[in-house]
Amino acid sequence: MPDTPYLVAAVLVSAAVTWGLRALPFAALGRLRASRTVGYLQSRMPAGIMVILVVYCLRDLPVTRTAVLAPLAALAVTVGVHLWRRNAPLSILAGTAVDVALASTVFAH
Amino acid sequence: MHISPPVGRDASPSMAVPPSRSPSEARAALRDSASVGLGFVPLGVAFGVLVAHSGIDWWWATLSSALVYGGSFEFLLIGLVTAAVPLASIAVSAFLVNVRHVFYALSFPLDRVRGRLGRAYGTFALCDEAYALTAGERARAWSGRRILWLQLFMHLYWAGGATAGALLGSLVPDRVQGLDFALTALFTVLALEAVRDRRGDLPTPVLALLGALAARLLFPGSLLLAAFALFTAGLLARHLTTKDNPRHA
Repeated sequence: MPDTPYLVAAVLVSAAVTWGLRALPFAALGRLRASRTVGYLQSRMPAGIMVILVVYCLRDLPVTRTAVLAPLAALAVTVGVHLWRRNAPLSILAGTAVDVALASTVFAH
Repeated sequence: MHISPPVGRDASPSMAVPPSRSPSEARAALRDSASVGLGFVPLGVAFGVLVAHSGIDWWWATLSSALVYGGSFEFLLIGLVTAAVPLASIAVSAFLVNVRHVFYALSFPLDRVRGRLGRAYGTFALCDEAYALTAGERARAWSGRRILWLQLFMHLYWAGGATAGALLGSLVPDRVQGLDFALTALFTVLALEAVRDRRGDLPTPVLALLGALAARLLFPGSLLLAAFALFTAGLLARHLTTKDNPRHA
């Protein structure tokens, strides 16, 4: 296990970077709002960034083994439940439950 | 349209808001935060359990959830610290994962939040879900105080869930796998909602998906950076070509 100073420093570094990214743009707000290009990016980035983050989460899928079926089934359930009920917590719980159930039993390693 | 807040009961702008006003604002914020809480608490618990299963002490889950307060990055951070990655790499990763927050300044109603401390906390706790709830149509009439209460409740759900998960983590057997899928599921849901908000703008998610897959194949070591760069370049190229093309006018 990593030592305590390193663990604390990792949190402090991450917190500083994250807060900076959340707070500093407000200082440049006037100029940002004036730019049409930024406006174009701003309206489209959230959808794309979320898609990229989903791919990132699934980057290490074991595509050559049957264990890949657990996250794929869970993903299908998440999307299906969300399109059906449009209830975010329910979709997250359902998808995670499927992944935990399959990965811990049928596809346990 | 700017809707001015109702001029109420006591008008003493220079004075601090009397505490008697807080409970109703807090109650309203508690109601607004309920749906996010249903997602944050289990996700926080999943985070805490993962921390415990990674062999890290429970207090680290509390520290990270309270100070970093960026759910997606915190899940990644577990893997980074267990691999003892250098601090500079952690800083770069935090930047890459959280750089999307830069765009939240465009529509988060910070102008309604009063006071240096309030504004500091408002930006500190500006997570995706806080942005999603407060930048919408429904929040148009919310006061700064109500927004801060809402952010505080969400912060508490996350930190509370993480702490509980880390403390109880040892009770969850090691062979329970797959809890980290909660993060994939959260992003999937946020992606579906964001794509739905774009109404028919399919090229945007397709561009992002292509960028991410290309990054996965070509730059597996720096997937996020490569994917964001390819996606942004694609958007800019599309912006330039549509500007030159009067079809859309």
